[in-house]
Amino acid sequence: MNVIEISNVSKTFTLHNQGAAVIPVMSDVSLSVAAGECVGLLGASGAGKSTLMRLLWGNYLAASGQIVIAGTDVAKAEPREILALRRDRMAYVSQFLRVVPRVPTLDVVAEPLLVTGTPEDQALDAARALLTRLRIPERLWSLSPTTFSGGEQQRVNIARGFIRQVPVMLLDEPTASLDATNRETVLSLIEEAKARGTAIVGIFHDEAARDRVCDRMIEMERFAA
Amino acid sequence: MKPLFTVRDLEKRYGSRIGCTDVSFDLWPGEVMGIVGESGSGKSTLLSCLAGHMTPDQGQVHFDGRDVLAMSEPERRFLARTEWAFVHQNPRDGLRMAVSAGGNVGERLMAVGARHYGNIRETATDWLGRVEIASDRIDDRPSAFSGGMQQRLQIARNLVTGPRLVFMDEPTGGLDVSVQARLLDLLRGLVRKMGLSAIIVTHDLAVVRLLADRLMVMKGGRVVEQGLTDQVLDDPQHPYTQLLVSSVLQV
Amino acid sequence: MTALDAYNFAYLDEETKRMIRRALLKAVAIPGYQVPFASREMPMPYGWGTGGVQVTAACLTPDDTLKVIDQGADDTTNAVSIRRFFQRTADVAVTEETEAATIIQTRHRIPETPLQEGQIMVFQVPIPEPLRFLEPRETETRRMHALADYGLMQVKLYEDIARHGEIATAYAYPVKVEGRYVMDPSPIPKFDNPKLNDSPALMLFGAGREQRIYALPPYTKVESLDFDDHPFVASKADHACDICGATESYLDEVITDDQGGRIFVCSDTAFCRSRQEDAA
Repeated sequence: MNVIEISNVSKTFTLHNQGAAVIPVMSDVSLSVAAGECVGLLGASGAGKSTLMRLLWGNYLAASGQIVIAGTDVAKAEPREILALRRDRMAYVSQFLRVVPRVPTLDVVAEPLLVTGTPEDQALDAARALLTRLRIPERLWSLSPTTFSGGEQQRVNIARGFIRQVPVMLLDEPTASLDATNRETVLSLIEEAKARGTAIVGIFHDEAARDRVCDRMIEMERFAA
Repeated sequence: MKPLFTVRDLEKRYGSRIGCTDVSFDLWPGEVMGIVGESGSGKSTLLSCLAGHMTPDQGQVHFDGRDVLAMSEPERRFLARTEWAFVHQNPRDGLRMAVSAGGNVGERLMAVGARHYGNIRETATDWLGRVEIASDRIDDRPSAFSGGMQQRLQIARNLVTGPRLVFMDEPTGGLDVSVQARLLDLLRGLVRKMGLSAIIVTHDLAVVRLLADRLMVMKGGRVVEQGLTDQVLDDPQHPYTQLLVSSVLQV
Repeated sequence: MTALDAYNFAYLDEETKRMIRRALLKAVAIPGYQVPFASREMPMPYGWGTGGVQVTAACLTPDDTLKVIDQGADDTTNAVSIRRFFQRTADVAVTEETEAATIIQTRHRIPETPLQEGQIMVFQVPIPEPLRFLEPRETETRRMHALADYGLMQVKLYEDIARHGEIATAYAYPVKVEGRYVMDPSPIPKFDNPKLNDSPALMLFGAGREQRIYALPPYTKVESLDFDDHPFVASKADHACDICGATESYLDEVITDDQGGRIFVCSDTAFCRSRQEDAA
């Protein structure tokens, strides 16, 4: 069963304030991802890997085509439908941590569970378990992650992404700045998610990681506009 | 589920000048909508019309199926102090500066008929706690509070009756950057826990990114673009939105 | 030339009286509602009862018997001057006995002797707007009255309890009239508030400087605002009158020397005197 179904999607950027330059990024993208499958996106910098991830997340607006994710066509959905999708059915581990500055790490990680209505104690327990597993020292939990090192911030982001069990995950370089032990933990998390039937689209520069978790690779060159 | 707040073809003119025009949207329960635009874009006029502070020249506004513009003033006032709330940019506009913090929070309760001092005080204490004001400040006047505390008190005063729709006019506008984040986090938590719908007018794109689910961009009294907040900010389609987003200084 | 010939009856010209009577009729028709009226300059300063005097002047007929009290007493300066004013300008009978009076103009008190049908109480009001101290905008307070939006009045009482542990408002204690208008009963002690309720007499309130008239027709329901857990109490000094021994009347505390000596006496001098005479 395909959880992600992309058909004939194209994306252009129109820079109205720079002479209305139209920059085509990709065209005619068609791709399906089945439950439990992990698809890796390949391509040089600028080939549109991140753009495709953002299209899937609903962060970028597709110029044409359909992006059906767990029953919602992200290319046409209302904001609240996309938010419901993100809340209940999809997680995104980006390379950047964007959070309200002073919120403690524990709350940042628990938040995705809290918005689904999970009782606070359960959500916090789950957050503690994941932070422990990802080796974020307990003394940091009450601090805002905005002050953390790159690797720590990335693990907080990963914890935030994996705290819910969702049918679709988008992973942007999840192992990029991690040491071997933490990298291993993250790869196990990905494998566990796949085993649960999560459909994953990811960008992995780490070849060994890619070979281990990806079932299929997609060359972005194929979609060049 | 049905939209909580529906607006159709709203227009307000000041003589021949357009305040805002052709504004339509549905706000759903639990949804937070940001309205951004520069000064004079019509966002404040729109908020005033939506909140009933100003009568639009045209259009319809429905709250929970009720025609807001057809309401009598007592009905509208009752709505404004029960199911609606309005957070002003300047806490002095939203607070009674000569009345204690507890009295400020209790006023809405008393206005809808609360007549038990002990209960009113207990509720006020609870709400001061929720907005992170120490309970021993309950009898102090807002004039003795810092700007951030005043703004949090204004929020408590507004939310005490458990409204369903909150209008906010630049809620973090007058605050130091250091206290803005705290207030934003507080607002996020309250919105989530109470399942509030909210309409927030601001010119601060960082505020809407953190608080708003969706965004409406206004220019010259018209809505030029609307959509999911991060989509509008990260992939703006309209020339004006692109200009607005690219004009933000990065730190 | 007698004093009476020099002035129109009861000082005010008939047109002015007619204007005031119209305001009075409206006030009686809407109990507790503040009716604006074109207050005239009176030959006495504001604060000396110009509002009350105009209302009294508009109500007086040659057959009336007038009593004037100030702080309950018939013989204080303000009471004496107003009584003389009407003796000179209207030549009406005057009395100090509550039962004998048809019109009683008062500042700060309602007599202890129960009022009767047919009597008119005229109150001198310095500030008619009970919401003034919390909401200074007149436009807004009028709207609040119009919409019966009275949460704010309760806030004032809340503030009292928060600050003093009880409702410390001792005079001008706000009341609600017939479940509708919140009204300032003029600066009478709250001890007198219950006398407003269901009174057989007509009660008229005049504020000269602020140009407002309001009224309680006979047998109007008047409730003092309070909280369920801090009910209204018509309190007075916990003493008996040191002159007549009355325990149920409102008392003034009088300092008698510089050694801390003090006595409590009835504030209603006519009431106190009649008790002394009865006892004698």
